[in-house]
Amino acid sequence: MEKSEHFRLYHEMVVIRRLEEKAAELYQQGKIGGFLHLYIGQEAVSTGLISARRPEDRVITAYRDHGVAINCGLSAREVMAELLGKATGCSKGKGGSMHMADVHKNFWGGHAIVGAHLPIAAGLALGDAYVGNQAVTMCMFGDGATNIGYFHEALNLSKVWNLPVLWVCENNLYGMGTAVERASAVSEISQKALGYGMPSRRVNGMDLMEVRQVASEMIEQIRQGAGPMMLEAITYRFRGHSMGDPERYRKPEEVHRYQENDPIGIYRRYLIDQKIGTEDELNALDDDAMAVVQDAVEFAEASPEPAPEELYTNVYVEA
Amino acid sequence: MARITMREAISQALWEEMERDPKVFILGEEVGVWGGTYAVTKGFYDHFGPDRVRDTPIAEAAIVGSAIGAALTGLRPVAEIMTINFAFSAMDHIVNQAAKIHYMFGGQMTVPLVIRAVSGGGRQLGATHSQTPDAIFAHFPGLKVVAPGTPADAKGLLKAAIRSDDPVLFIEHATLYQVRGEVPEGDYIVPLGKSTVQREGRDLTLVTYSKMLEVSTKAADQLAREGIEVEIVDLRSLRPLDMGPVLASFKKTNRAVIVEEGWKSYGVGSEVAARLYEEAFDYVDAPIKRVAQKEVPLPYNRTLEQSAIPGVEDVITAVKEVLHG
Ligand SMILES: Cc1ncc(C[n+]2csc(CCOP(=O)(O)OP(=O)(O)O)c2C)c(N)n1
Ligand SMILES: [Mg+2]
Repeated sequence: MEKSEHFRLYHEMVVIRRLEEKAAELYQQGKIGGFLHLYIGQEAVSTGLISARRPEDRVITAYRDHGVAINCGLSAREVMAELLGKATGCSKGKGGSMHMADVHKNFWGGHAIVGAHLPIAAGLALGDAYVGNQAVTMCMFGDGATNIGYFHEALNLSKVWNLPVLWVCENNLYGMGTAVERASAVSEISQKALGYGMPSRRVNGMDLMEVRQVASEMIEQIRQGAGPMMLEAITYRFRGHSMGDPERYRKPEEVHRYQENDPIGIYRRYLIDQKIGTEDELNALDDDAMAVVQDAVEFAEASPEPAPEELYTNVYVEA
Repeated sequence: MARITMREAISQALWEEMERDPKVFILGEEVGVWGGTYAVTKGFYDHFGPDRVRDTPIAEAAIVGSAIGAALTGLRPVAEIMTINFAFSAMDHIVNQAAKIHYMFGGQMTVPLVIRAVSGGGRQLGATHSQTPDAIFAHFPGLKVVAPGTPADAKGLLKAAIRSDDPVLFIEHATLYQVRGEVPEGDYIVPLGKSTVQREGRDLTLVTYSKMLEVSTKAADQLAREGIEVEIVDLRSLRPLDMGPVLASFKKTNRAVIVEEGWKSYGVGSEVAARLYEEAFDYVDAPIKRVAQKEVPLPYNRTLEQSAIPGVEDVITAVKEVLHG
């Protein structure tokens, strides 16, 4: 990988982190409403995964979608504007935190009903298989989502129809307050792929390079017609499920232990150890990421509210 | 009588019923260790233990389906669906199984099941998480649907629901949990399927329920200052629908406005208006009006969302239109 590509990925991860820290502040100030599910701690998963895609490959995820949006190439401005519900947001202020999307960047959305986007992902892949192009669909979802019927129906269908999907489970050890082993018959989520005759791999989701490496291999195999596969990334969310989570289900010591394995810190160390970048170069990227986020906040705050008529647009395509 | 919140009233009813009857148990997402997403079951897990306060996987169909099965064996499950929007993921079990088993098997089996679910919008949760689809559920014979608007009714109706041998969908409203009201202590029961007059007035009948009772009451207060006295009938139960107090009030005022949070088309207002025309046509002095949600999926943006949900002004306008033509 080129140095510039490494720097781009590092910069992206830091933008996501700073953007979400800022979002948490704006939420406290009442400028962001509704639910706000932060991705902090999990950035290496989507950054590594999406860095392995080609532009024609589709990405779809759940409501924890700010990072995924940035990785798919949405600007910090349009993400922040969406969080503030502004007309300049990627979903015109109608979607909010949970419903970012940009179809031109092949980001098919954050989806808020747990598991509901998995059958849709199978359909995206069906669309590509139908016309015979080479695109692969990457569908991201949580550990908790593997317990709902939609997951099982979608995996089964994708195998029966040999659809080009990479199923990516972000196992952050909890679905809200429920630990994986309290909700799932198997704690190794990748084992669930076995029942559908699907190859699977487990990776350290805190390590961008490992995610990227394994994802690239799987995506290429799927592209060659190997059929759907599952990738399980072990990760951890450093913040509550959404804002205002009392976090009675885990101890602060546990969170601190995982925070020592910060995915940004791990990648930074890698870049320095491999002599890909210097402290000074990385600090400059940090500063630039902060500036990008600052600019995004200013842009979002200065942006107009959606016009009142927007309430009635997009209900139907036709009048 | 104590002045407590809606949340406390619901919690109290559940607690008392679990103390009273060991066959009553709770299942749902985050009801145990977390203490309930809306903190309704806070403290239950420690007190009643994991067998009676069961955290489930995210699997709505399995939550309702397994609750139906347990109910068939004589247990009295209270299944919590985190929000009513997720009940769509359990729709078959709610409307095709729970609502039909007693009838379809000639009355052999009973399903003494309560499903608690949070309905309503106004919290910027976006289109999939803000719906008020109460009327949809009220469409199905075999299922009882209740939606209290006061803490006292919440307690009394939940107790009645738990003791009922029929499946009951108990609809709570996310923005009512902090509302306070007088609630009788101990065994207080409000029968299912009984609407009630919440405020007396001579000029017009406002028919409403749940969150819109609060909105309608505020509108009534303002109208009273202008000398307009509206009578408010709170449906409390959507099925069975008790038209008695509605008809009695309408025969007195000859004018009605129906206020609901959900969409107007095929809604609660449509049903009540049709019943008024069918059953009290001779008493109609002015067209009956419906106040309801704009016919759009709810947007995230706060201003847009608020403009779509019925508010005090919408009710006042509708009342004046009916009164003054
Ligand atoms: C069908 C459905 N049920 C319940 C919810 C409420 N809910 C939102 S997120 C969530 C937990 C999901 O956990 P997981 O899939 O592990 O994803 P994570 O939040 O950990 O990223 C729940 C229960 C929902 N949105 N949809
Ligand atoms: Mg999870």
